[in-house]
Amino acid sequence: MRIVVDLNRCEGYAQCAFLAPDVFVMHGQEALMYDPGPGEERSEQVLRAAAACPVQAITVEGEVLSDVR
Amino acid sequence: MSAETALRDFRRRGRVVVVGASLAGLRGAEALRAGGFTGSLTVVGDEAREPYDRPPLSKQVLLGRTAADATTLPRRHGLDVRWRLGVAATGLNLAERRVSLADGDEIEYDRLLIATGARARPWFREAEAALDGVFVLRTADDAAWLNRRLAAGPRRVLVVGAGFTGSEIASACRERGLEVTVVERGPAPLVGALGGVVGAVAARLQRAHGVDLRCGVTVTSLEGDAAGRLRRAHLSDGSTLDAEVAVVGLGAVRNTEWLAGSGLAAGPRGVACDAGCRAFDVHGIVTDDVFVAGDVARSPHPLFGYQFLSLEHWGNAVEQAEIAAHNMISSGLARRPHLWVPAFWSAQFGINIKSIGVPPMGEEIVVTQGALEEDRFVVTYGFQGRVIAAVAFDQARWIDFYRRLIESAAPFPPDFPNVDRRAGGTRPVPADFPDPSLPSHGPTVTLSGYSPSERRLQFTPARA
Repeated sequence: MRIVVDLNRCEGYAQCAFLAPDVFVMHGQEALMYDPGPGEERSEQVLRAAAACPVQAITVEGEVLSDVR
Repeated sequence: MSAETALRDFRRRGRVVVVGASLAGLRGAEALRAGGFTGSLTVVGDEAREPYDRPPLSKQVLLGRTAADATTLPRRHGLDVRWRLGVAATGLNLAERRVSLADGDEIEYDRLLIATGARARPWFREAEAALDGVFVLRTADDAAWLNRRLAAGPRRVLVVGAGFTGSEIASACRERGLEVTVVERGPAPLVGALGGVVGAVAARLQRAHGVDLRCGVTVTSLEGDAAGRLRRAHLSDGSTLDAEVAVVGLGAVRNTEWLAGSGLAAGPRGVACDAGCRAFDVHGIVTDDVFVAGDVARSPHPLFGYQFLSLEHWGNAVEQAEIAAHNMISSGLARRPHLWVPAFWSAQFGINIKSIGVPPMGEEIVVTQGALEEDRFVVTYGFQGRVIAAVAFDQARWIDFYRRLIESAAPFPPDFPNVDRRAGGTRPVPADFPDPSLPSHGPTVTLSGYSPSERRLQFTPARA
Protein backbone atom coordinates (compact mmCIF):
# COMPACT_ATOMS: atom_id res chain seq x y z
CA MET A 1 0.00 0.00 0.00
CA ARG A 2 1.05 3.59 -0.48
CA ILE A 3 0.98 6.25 2.19
CA VAL A 4 2.22 9.78 2.56
CA VAL A 5 2.33 11.99 5.64
CA ASP A 6 1.88 15.74 5.40
CA LEU A 7 4.75 16.65 7.67
CA ASN A 8 3.75 20.31 7.64
CA ARG A 9 0.64 19.19 9.44
CA CYS A 10 2.30 16.57 11.67
CA GLU A 11 2.88 17.83 15.19
CA GLY A 12 4.59 14.78 16.55
CA TYR A 13 1.80 13.32 18.71
CA ALA A 14 3.18 9.86 17.91
CA GLN A 15 -0.22 8.13 17.91
CA CYS A 16 0.74 6.45 14.64
CA ALA A 17 3.99 5.19 16.16
CA PHE A 18 2.00 3.45 18.92
CA LEU A 19 -0.60 1.98 16.61
CA ALA A 20 1.63 0.95 13.71
CA PRO A 21 5.15 0.75 15.12
CA ASP A 22 6.45 -1.17 12.10
CA VAL A 23 5.48 1.66 9.79
CA PHE A 24 5.80 4.88 11.81
CA VAL A 25 8.83 5.59 13.99
CA MET A 26 9.69 8.71 15.94
CA HIS A 27 13.17 9.94 15.21
CA GLY A 28 14.30 12.07 18.13
CA GLN A 29 11.69 13.93 20.18
CA GLU A 30 9.16 14.71 17.47
CA ALA A 31 10.43 14.03 13.96
CA LEU A 32 8.49 11.25 12.24
CA MET A 33 9.99 8.73 9.86
CA TYR A 34 7.69 6.32 8.12
CA ASP A 35 7.66 3.59 5.55
CA PRO A 36 5.86 5.04 2.51
CA GLY A 37 5.19 1.60 1.03
CA PRO A 38 4.24 -0.85 3.80
CA GLY A 39 3.07 -4.35 2.90
CA GLU A 40 -0.64 -5.09 2.65
CA GLU A 41 -0.42 -7.16 5.85
CA ARG A 42 0.02 -3.86 7.69
CA SER A 43 -3.04 -2.22 6.19
CA GLU A 44 -5.23 -2.62 9.26
CA GLN A 45 -2.56 -1.07 11.50
CA VAL A 46 -1.96 1.74 9.05
CA LEU A 47 -5.66 2.58 8.67
CA ARG A 48 -6.02 2.65 12.44
CA ALA A 49 -3.00 4.95 12.70
CA ALA A 50 -4.35 7.25 10.00
CA ALA A 51 -7.71 7.46 11.74
CA ALA A 52 -6.10 8.18 15.11
CA CYS A 53 -3.85 11.00 13.90
CA PRO A 54 -5.02 14.10 15.82
CA VAL A 55 -4.12 16.40 12.92
CA GLN A 56 -5.17 13.99 10.12
CA ALA A 57 -1.80 14.19 8.43
CA ILE A 58 -1.70 10.64 7.04
CA THR A 59 -2.99 9.92 3.56
CA VAL A 60 -3.55 6.31 2.59
CA GLU A 61 -4.15 5.42 -1.03
CA GLY A 62 -7.82 5.19 -1.85
CA GLU A 63 -8.86 6.29 1.62
CA VAL A 64 -8.46 9.96 2.40
CA LEU A 65 -7.86 11.49 -1.02
CA SER A 66 -11.54 12.21 -1.51
CA ASP A 67 -11.04 15.28 0.69
CA VAL A 68 -9.31 17.20 -2.09
CA ARG A 69 -11.00 20.55 -1.89
CA MET B 1 -21.51 30.64 -27.15
CA SER B 2 -21.50 32.44 -23.82
CA ALA B 3 -18.49 32.20 -21.52
CA GLU B 4 -20.49 30.08 -19.08
CA THR B 5 -21.54 27.65 -21.79
CA ALA B 6 -17.97 27.46 -23.06
CA LEU B 7 -16.70 26.69 -19.55
CA ARG B 8 -19.34 24.01 -19.06
CA ASP B 9 -18.36 22.51 -22.38
CA PHE B 10 -14.69 22.62 -21.45
CA ARG B 11 -15.35 20.91 -18.13
CA ARG B 12 -17.26 18.18 -19.92
CA ARG B 13 -15.00 17.44 -22.87
CA GLY B 14 -12.09 19.84 -22.89
CA ARG B 15 -8.44 18.84 -23.09
CA VAL B 16 -6.06 19.47 -20.20
CA VAL B 17 -2.36 18.77 -20.36
CA VAL B 18 -0.31 18.76 -17.17
CA VAL B 19 3.43 19.03 -17.76
CA GLY B 20 5.29 17.64 -14.77
CA ALA B 21 4.46 14.37 -13.03
CA SER B 22 5.68 14.95 -9.51
CA LEU B 23 3.73 16.13 -6.46
CA ALA B 24 2.19 19.26 -8.02
CA GLY B 25 1.33 17.56 -11.30
CA LEU B 26 -0.34 14.63 -9.56
CA ARG B 27 -2.26 16.75 -7.06
CA GLY B 28 -3.35 19.08 -9.86
CA ALA B 29 -4.66 16.17 -11.92
CA GLU B 30 -6.49 14.75 -8.90
CA ALA B 31 -8.05 18.09 -8.06
CA LEU B 32 -9.26 18.54 -11.65
CA ARG B 33 -11.07 15.21 -11.48
CA ALA B 34 -12.36 15.87 -7.97
CA GLY B 35 -13.66 19.22 -9.20
CA GLY B 36 -15.72 17.56 -11.90
CA PHE B 37 -13.53 17.82 -14.98
CA THR B 38 -14.45 14.91 -17.23
CA GLY B 39 -12.56 15.80 -20.40
CA SER B 40 -9.24 14.34 -21.48
CA LEU B 41 -6.40 14.68 -19.02
CA THR B 42 -2.80 13.97 -20.01
CA VAL B 43 0.12 14.13 -17.58
CA VAL B 44 3.61 14.38 -19.05
CA GLY B 45 6.71 13.58 -16.98
CA ASP B 46 10.37 13.26 -17.91
CA GLU B 47 11.04 10.54 -15.35
CA ALA B 48 9.80 7.07 -16.22
CA ARG B 49 8.41 6.57 -12.71
CA GLU B 50 4.93 7.19 -11.43
CA PRO B 51 4.72 10.33 -9.26
CA TYR B 52 6.70 9.79 -6.08
CA ASP B 53 7.48 11.66 -2.90
CA ARG B 54 10.89 13.29 -2.56
CA PRO B 55 11.32 14.31 1.10
CA PRO B 56 12.03 10.72 2.24
CA LEU B 57 14.90 10.45 -0.25
CA SER B 58 17.27 12.44 1.95
CA LYS B 59 16.03 10.83 5.16
CA GLN B 60 14.55 7.30 5.37
CA VAL B 61 16.07 6.26 2.06
CA LEU B 62 19.61 7.41 2.91
CA LEU B 63 19.36 5.61 6.22
CA GLY B 64 18.66 2.44 4.28
CA ARG B 65 15.25 2.05 5.92
CA THR B 66 13.16 2.61 2.80
CA ALA B 67 13.92 1.59 -0.77
CA ALA B 68 14.38 4.54 -3.12
CA ASP B 69 11.67 3.20 -5.43
CA ALA B 70 9.14 2.76 -2.61
CA THR B 71 8.03 6.37 -2.20
CA THR B 72 5.36 6.31 -4.91
CA LEU B 73 2.67 8.79 -3.93
CA PRO B 74 -0.79 7.55 -3.04
CA ARG B 75 -3.42 8.52 -5.56
CA ARG B 76 -7.12 8.99 -5.79
CA HIS B 77 -8.86 5.75 -6.46
CA GLY B 78 -9.46 5.24 -10.18
CA LEU B 79 -7.72 8.44 -11.29
CA ASP B 80 -8.47 8.70 -15.00
CA VAL B 81 -5.31 10.09 -16.55
CA ARG B 82 -3.37 9.40 -19.72
CA TRP B 83 0.21 9.18 -18.48
CA ARG B 84 3.09 10.12 -20.76
CA LEU B 85 6.00 9.20 -18.50
CA GLY B 86 9.66 9.03 -19.43
CA VAL B 87 9.35 11.74 -22.04
CA ALA B 88 10.20 15.39 -21.43
CA ALA B 89 8.28 18.34 -22.80
CA THR B 90 10.57 20.30 -25.07
CA GLY B 91 8.49 23.21 -26.28
CA LEU B 92 5.29 25.16 -26.00
CA ASN B 93 3.36 26.88 -28.76
CA LEU B 94 0.98 29.31 -27.10
CA ALA B 95 -0.76 30.40 -30.29
CA GLU B 96 -1.60 26.87 -31.36
CA ARG B 97 -1.96 25.54 -27.81
CA ARG B 98 0.45 22.70 -28.32
CA VAL B 99 3.12 21.05 -26.19
CA SER B 100 5.92 19.28 -28.02
CA LEU B 101 7.62 16.26 -26.52
CA ALA B 102 11.15 14.87 -26.74
CA ASP B 103 9.97 11.89 -28.76
CA GLY B 104 8.58 14.16 -31.48
CA ASP B 105 4.98 13.90 -30.40
CA GLU B 106 2.80 16.96 -29.97
CA ILE B 107 -0.17 17.27 -27.64
CA GLU B 108 -2.88 19.86 -28.05
CA TYR B 109 -4.58 21.39 -25.05
CA ASP B 110 -7.38 23.75 -24.19
CA ARG B 111 -5.82 24.46 -20.81
CA LEU B 112 -2.30 23.71 -19.64
CA LEU B 113 -0.84 23.25 -16.18
CA ILE B 114 2.90 23.79 -15.93
CA ALA B 115 4.39 21.88 -13.00
CA THR B 116 7.88 21.05 -14.20
CA GLY B 117 9.50 21.78 -10.85
CA ALA B 118 13.22 22.05 -10.39
CA ARG B 119 16.27 19.84 -10.64
CA ALA B 120 19.47 19.60 -8.64
CA ARG B 121 22.07 22.17 -9.61
CA PRO B 122 24.93 20.08 -10.94
CA TRP B 123 28.60 20.51 -10.03
CA PHE B 124 29.83 23.32 -12.24
CA ARG B 125 32.60 21.38 -14.01
CA GLU B 126 31.13 18.65 -16.14
CA ALA B 127 34.18 16.39 -16.18
CA GLU B 128 34.39 16.51 -12.39
CA ALA B 129 30.67 15.98 -12.00
CA ALA B 130 31.02 12.83 -14.09
CA LEU B 131 33.58 11.26 -11.72
CA ASP B 132 32.49 8.02 -10.12
CA GLY B 133 31.50 8.96 -6.58
CA VAL B 134 30.11 12.45 -7.29
CA PHE B 135 26.37 12.69 -6.68
CA VAL B 136 23.47 15.07 -6.49
CA LEU B 137 20.24 14.21 -4.69
CA ARG B 138 16.91 15.04 -6.24
CA THR B 139 15.43 11.98 -7.89
CA ALA B 140 14.71 8.45 -6.73
CA ASP B 141 17.54 7.21 -8.96
CA ASP B 142 19.94 9.68 -7.33
CA ALA B 143 18.89 8.37 -3.91
CA ALA B 144 19.23 4.74 -4.95
CA TRP B 145 22.75 5.27 -6.27
CA LEU B 146 23.84 7.31 -3.27
CA ASN B 147 22.34 4.86 -0.79
CA ARG B 148 24.15 1.97 -2.44
CA ARG B 149 27.41 3.85 -2.20
CA LEU B 150 26.90 4.82 1.42
CA ALA B 151 26.06 1.20 2.27
CA ALA B 152 29.45 0.18 0.91
CA GLY B 153 31.07 2.19 3.72
CA PRO B 154 33.19 4.90 2.11
CA ARG B 155 36.01 6.20 4.30
CA ARG B 156 34.76 9.78 4.03
CA VAL B 157 31.81 11.54 2.46
CA LEU B 158 32.10 15.15 1.36
CA VAL B 159 28.93 17.22 1.32
CA VAL B 160 29.20 20.40 -0.73
CA GLY B 161 26.78 22.99 0.59
CA ALA B 162 25.01 23.05 3.97
CA GLY B 163 21.48 23.90 2.91
CA PHE B 164 18.65 21.63 4.01
CA THR B 165 19.46 18.80 1.61
CA GLY B 166 23.18 18.88 2.40
CA SER B 167 22.52 18.99 6.13
CA GLU B 168 20.07 16.09 5.96
CA ILE B 169 22.58 14.05 3.96
CA ALA B 170 25.29 14.79 6.54
CA SER B 171 22.91 13.75 9.30
CA ALA B 172 22.14 10.44 7.57
CA CYS B 173 25.85 9.78 7.04
CA ARG B 174 26.63 10.30 10.72
CA GLU B 175 23.76 8.09 11.70
CA ARG B 176 25.25 5.39 9.51
CA GLY B 177 28.57 5.90 11.26
CA LEU B 178 30.29 7.42 8.24
CA GLU B 179 32.89 10.16 8.47
CA VAL B 180 31.54 13.26 6.79
CA THR B 181 32.93 16.68 5.94
CA VAL B 182 30.52 19.50 5.10
CA VAL B 183 31.91 22.45 3.17
CA GLU B 184 29.75 25.57 3.19
CA ARG B 185 30.52 28.88 1.55
CA GLY B 186 28.42 30.85 4.05
CA PRO B 187 29.21 31.43 7.72
CA ALA B 188 26.91 28.61 8.94
CA PRO B 189 24.62 25.82 7.75
CA LEU B 190 21.08 26.88 6.75
CA VAL B 191 22.15 30.52 6.96
CA GLY B 192 20.46 31.59 3.73
CA ALA B 193 17.13 30.13 4.79
CA LEU B 194 17.11 30.81 8.53
CA GLY B 195 19.76 33.48 9.18
CA GLY B 196 22.96 33.51 11.22
CA VAL B 197 21.51 33.12 14.71
CA VAL B 198 19.66 29.89 13.93
CA GLY B 199 22.50 28.91 11.59
CA ALA B 200 24.87 28.96 14.57
CA VAL B 201 22.63 26.43 16.33
CA ALA B 202 22.69 24.25 13.21
CA ALA B 203 26.50 24.47 13.16
CA ARG B 204 26.73 23.42 16.80
CA LEU B 205 24.37 20.49 16.16
CA GLN B 206 26.44 19.28 13.23
CA ARG B 207 29.68 19.42 15.19
CA ALA B 208 28.11 17.77 18.24
CA HIS B 209 27.16 14.88 15.97
CA GLY B 210 30.68 14.51 14.70
CA VAL B 211 30.42 16.34 11.39
CA ASP B 212 33.65 17.95 10.21
CA LEU B 213 31.98 21.26 9.32
CA ARG B 214 33.98 23.87 7.45
CA CYS B 215 32.27 27.21 6.88
CA GLY B 216 33.47 30.16 4.87
CA VAL B 217 35.17 27.70 2.55
CA THR B 218 34.32 26.48 -0.94
CA VAL B 219 35.29 23.41 -2.91
CA THR B 220 37.36 24.62 -5.86
CA SER B 221 37.82 21.32 -7.66
CA LEU B 222 37.23 17.60 -7.45
CA GLU B 223 40.04 15.27 -8.40
CA GLY B 224 39.73 11.75 -9.71
CA ASP B 225 42.18 8.90 -10.22
CA ALA B 226 43.16 7.29 -13.52
CA ALA B 227 40.06 5.10 -13.42
CA GLY B 228 37.77 8.13 -13.10
CA ARG B 229 36.94 7.61 -9.42
CA LEU B 230 36.73 10.54 -7.04
CA ARG B 231 39.81 10.71 -4.83
CA ARG B 232 39.99 14.13 -3.23
CA ALA B 233 38.65 17.65 -3.18
CA HIS B 234 40.57 20.90 -3.24
CA LEU B 235 39.27 23.67 -1.02
CA SER B 236 39.52 27.43 -1.26
CA ASP B 237 41.60 27.61 1.93
CA GLY B 238 44.35 25.72 0.15
CA SER B 239 43.69 22.41 1.87
CA THR B 240 42.81 19.11 0.26
CA LEU B 241 40.45 16.46 1.52
CA ASP B 242 40.43 12.78 0.63
CA ALA B 243 36.92 11.52 -0.03
CA GLU B 244 35.42 8.65 -1.99
CA VAL B 245 31.98 10.15 -2.18
CA ALA B 246 30.94 13.76 -2.74
CA VAL B 247 27.35 14.93 -2.69
CA VAL B 248 26.72 18.27 -4.34
CA GLY B 249 23.98 20.13 -2.49
CA LEU B 250 24.05 23.48 -4.21
CA GLY B 251 20.34 24.06 -4.50
CA ALA B 252 17.96 23.63 -7.37
CA VAL B 253 17.53 24.96 -10.90
CA ARG B 254 14.02 25.56 -12.17
CA ASN B 255 12.98 23.57 -15.19
CA THR B 256 11.98 26.40 -17.51
CA GLU B 257 14.35 25.87 -20.45
CA TRP B 258 11.63 24.11 -22.44
CA LEU B 259 9.64 27.36 -22.31
CA ALA B 260 12.38 29.50 -23.83
CA GLY B 261 10.95 31.48 -26.73
CA SER B 262 7.39 30.43 -25.88
CA GLY B 263 6.41 33.97 -24.95
CA LEU B 264 5.72 33.09 -21.34
CA ALA B 265 7.41 35.03 -18.52
CA ALA B 266 9.73 32.13 -17.73
CA GLY B 267 13.30 32.39 -16.54
CA PRO B 268 15.83 31.12 -14.01
CA ARG B 269 13.54 32.06 -11.14
CA GLY B 270 10.54 30.24 -12.50
CA VAL B 271 7.37 30.99 -14.43
CA ALA B 272 5.58 34.10 -13.20
CA CYS B 273 1.90 33.71 -12.49
CA ASP B 274 -0.81 35.72 -10.76
CA ALA B 275 -2.33 34.86 -7.39
CA GLY B 276 -4.80 32.66 -9.27
CA CYS B 277 -1.91 30.61 -10.78
CA ARG B 278 -2.43 32.00 -14.31
CA ALA B 279 0.88 32.40 -16.16
CA PHE B 280 2.08 35.81 -17.31
CA ASP B 281 3.47 36.31 -20.76
CA VAL B 282 6.69 38.27 -21.32
CA HIS B 283 4.71 41.51 -21.61
CA GLY B 284 3.29 41.06 -18.13
CA ILE B 285 -0.16 40.20 -19.52
CA VAL B 286 -1.84 37.34 -17.79
CA THR B 287 -2.87 34.33 -19.89
CA ASP B 288 -6.14 32.57 -19.28
CA ASP B 289 -5.38 29.07 -20.44
CA VAL B 290 -1.93 28.45 -18.98
CA PHE B 291 -1.56 27.78 -15.25
CA VAL B 292 1.48 27.19 -13.07
CA ALA B 293 2.02 25.35 -9.77
CA GLY B 294 4.78 24.05 -7.54
CA ASP B 295 8.52 24.70 -7.44
CA VAL B 296 8.54 26.18 -10.94
CA ALA B 297 5.95 28.85 -10.11
CA ARG B 298 6.70 32.39 -9.04
CA SER B 299 3.68 34.22 -7.72
CA PRO B 300 2.83 37.39 -5.82
CA HIS B 301 1.80 37.07 -2.18
CA PRO B 302 -0.36 39.68 -0.44
CA LEU B 303 1.20 38.97 2.96
CA PHE B 304 4.61 39.91 1.65
CA GLY B 305 3.86 43.15 -0.15
CA TYR B 306 2.76 41.32 -3.33
CA GLN B 307 6.35 40.45 -4.12
CA PHE B 308 6.76 37.40 -6.30
CA LEU B 309 7.74 34.40 -4.22
CA SER B 310 9.34 31.22 -5.47
CA LEU B 311 8.83 28.38 -3.02
CA GLU B 312 10.51 25.01 -3.11
CA HIS B 313 8.12 23.55 -0.60
CA TRP B 314 6.17 20.30 -0.50
CA GLY B 315 3.11 22.03 0.94
CA ASN B 316 3.18 24.76 -1.67
CA ALA B 317 3.14 22.19 -4.47
CA VAL B 318 0.03 20.61 -2.99
CA GLU B 319 -1.81 23.81 -2.23
CA GLN B 320 -0.94 25.69 -5.40
CA ALA B 321 -1.79 22.72 -7.63
CA GLU B 322 -5.22 22.47 -6.02
CA ILE B 323 -5.84 26.19 -6.49
CA ALA B 324 -4.61 26.07 -10.09
CA ALA B 325 -6.85 23.09 -10.85
CA HIS B 326 -9.85 24.76 -9.28
CA ASN B 327 -9.27 27.94 -11.26
CA MET B 328 -8.77 26.00 -14.49
CA ILE B 329 -12.32 24.74 -14.28
CA SER B 330 -13.92 27.85 -12.74
CA SER B 331 -14.65 31.30 -14.01
CA GLY B 332 -14.52 34.83 -12.69
CA LEU B 333 -15.65 35.24 -9.13
CA ALA B 334 -15.54 31.52 -8.41
CA ARG B 335 -11.76 31.56 -8.73
CA ARG B 336 -9.60 31.44 -5.63
CA PRO B 337 -6.31 33.13 -4.76
CA HIS B 338 -3.26 31.21 -3.62
CA LEU B 339 -2.78 32.68 -0.14
CA TRP B 340 -0.89 29.83 1.47
CA VAL B 341 1.57 30.87 4.14
CA PRO B 342 4.92 29.31 3.24
CA ALA B 343 5.80 26.38 5.50
CA PHE B 344 8.34 23.60 5.44
CA TRP B 345 10.06 21.06 7.65
CA SER B 346 13.37 19.32 7.90
CA ALA B 347 14.53 16.47 10.11
CA GLN B 348 18.23 16.39 10.86
CA PHE B 349 20.45 15.30 13.74
CA GLY B 350 17.36 14.11 15.59
CA ILE B 351 15.73 17.55 15.52
CA ASN B 352 12.44 18.41 13.86
CA ILE B 353 12.85 21.81 12.23
CA LYS B 354 9.75 23.68 11.10
CA SER B 355 9.44 27.03 9.43
CA ILE B 356 6.40 29.21 8.78
CA GLY B 357 6.31 32.49 6.87
CA VAL B 358 9.30 33.97 5.09
CA PRO B 359 12.32 34.02 7.43
CA PRO B 360 14.69 35.67 4.89
CA MET B 361 12.47 38.75 5.01
CA GLY B 362 13.19 39.04 8.73
CA GLU B 363 15.31 41.92 9.93
CA GLU B 364 15.34 41.01 13.60
CA ILE B 365 14.53 37.95 15.66
CA VAL B 366 13.39 37.17 19.15
CA VAL B 367 13.59 33.81 20.88
CA THR B 368 9.94 33.54 21.90
CA GLN B 369 10.05 30.07 23.42
CA GLY B 370 12.70 27.80 24.84
CA ALA B 371 16.37 28.59 24.46
CA LEU B 372 18.80 28.30 21.57
CA GLU B 373 21.33 26.40 23.68
CA GLU B 374 18.75 23.76 24.52
CA ASP B 375 18.10 22.93 20.84
CA ARG B 376 14.40 23.33 21.55
CA PHE B 377 12.97 26.74 20.82
CA VAL B 378 10.89 29.01 18.62
CA VAL B 379 12.49 32.02 17.00
CA THR B 380 10.18 34.75 15.68
CA TYR B 381 11.27 36.94 12.79
CA GLY B 382 10.18 40.58 12.50
CA PHE B 383 9.92 42.83 9.47
CA GLN B 384 8.93 46.49 9.74
CA GLY B 385 7.30 46.01 13.13
CA ARG B 386 5.31 42.89 12.38
CA VAL B 387 5.78 39.15 12.66
CA ILE B 388 6.86 37.76 9.29
CA ALA B 389 8.07 34.24 10.13
CA ALA B 390 8.86 31.74 12.86
CA VAL B 391 11.23 28.80 13.04
CA ALA B 392 10.80 25.99 15.54
CA PHE B 393 13.28 23.34 16.66
CA ASP B 394 11.33 20.47 18.24
CA GLN B 395 8.36 22.74 18.91
CA ALA B 396 6.10 21.79 16.00
CA ARG B 397 2.87 22.18 17.95
CA TRP B 398 3.34 25.93 18.09
CA ILE B 399 3.71 26.52 14.38
CA ASP B 400 -0.01 27.03 13.82
CA PHE B 401 -0.07 29.74 16.50
CA TYR B 402 2.72 31.59 14.71
CA ARG B 403 0.98 31.16 11.36
CA ARG B 404 -1.96 33.09 12.78
CA LEU B 405 0.38 35.83 14.02
CA ILE B 406 1.85 36.12 10.52
CA GLU B 407 -1.56 36.13 8.84
CA SER B 408 -2.82 38.85 11.15
CA ALA B 409 0.38 40.94 10.82
CA ALA B 410 0.82 40.78 14.61
CA PRO B 411 3.25 43.34 16.06
CA PHE B 412 6.94 42.60 16.38
CA PRO B 413 8.48 42.27 18.91
CA PRO B 414 5.59 40.07 20.01
CA ASP B 415 3.60 41.45 22.92
CA PHE B 416 2.40 38.17 24.40
CA PRO B 417 3.61 36.89 27.73
CA ASN B 418 5.41 33.61 27.44
CA VAL B 419 5.29 30.68 29.83
CA ASP B 420 8.90 29.74 29.41
CA ARG B 421 10.48 33.11 28.81
CA ARG B 422 14.04 32.98 29.95
CA ALA B 423 16.31 35.43 31.72
CA GLY B 424 17.52 36.80 28.39
CA GLY B 425 14.10 38.37 27.84
CA THR B 426 12.71 39.11 24.43
CA ARG B 427 15.02 41.77 23.18
CA PRO B 428 15.24 41.56 19.40
CA VAL B 429 18.61 40.90 17.82
CA PRO B 430 19.56 41.08 14.13
CA ALA B 431 18.45 38.00 12.19
CA ASP B 432 21.86 38.06 10.53
CA PHE B 433 21.10 36.96 6.99
CA PRO B 434 23.95 37.08 4.51
CA ASP B 435 23.89 39.77 1.83
CA PRO B 436 20.99 38.71 -0.40
CA SER B 437 22.80 39.89 -3.51
CA LEU B 438 25.42 37.17 -3.03
CA PRO B 439 24.55 33.99 -4.86
CA SER B 440 23.34 31.38 -2.43
CA HIS B 441 21.96 27.89 -2.66
CA GLY B 442 20.41 28.23 0.75
CA PRO B 443 16.99 29.82 0.73
CA THR B 444 14.09 27.67 -0.23
CA VAL B 445 12.06 30.86 -0.39
CA THR B 446 13.16 33.40 -2.95
CA LEU B 447 11.76 36.91 -3.10
CA SER B 448 12.11 38.14 -6.63
CA GLY B 449 10.65 41.61 -6.86
CA TYR B 450 7.53 42.92 -8.52
CA SER B 451 8.06 42.47 -12.22
CA PRO B 452 6.39 39.43 -13.74
CA SER B 453 8.80 39.46 -16.65
CA GLU B 454 12.43 38.55 -16.12
CA ARG B 455 13.78 40.04 -19.27
CA ARG B 456 16.35 42.08 -17.43
CA LEU B 457 17.49 39.29 -15.17
CA GLN B 458 20.70 37.58 -16.04
CA PHE B 459 21.85 34.54 -14.17
CA THR B 460 25.54 34.62 -13.30
CA PRO B 461 26.88 31.37 -11.92
CA ALA B 462 29.09 31.72 -8.85
CA ARG B 463 32.80 31.59 -9.41
CA ALA B 464 34.79 29.01 -7.53
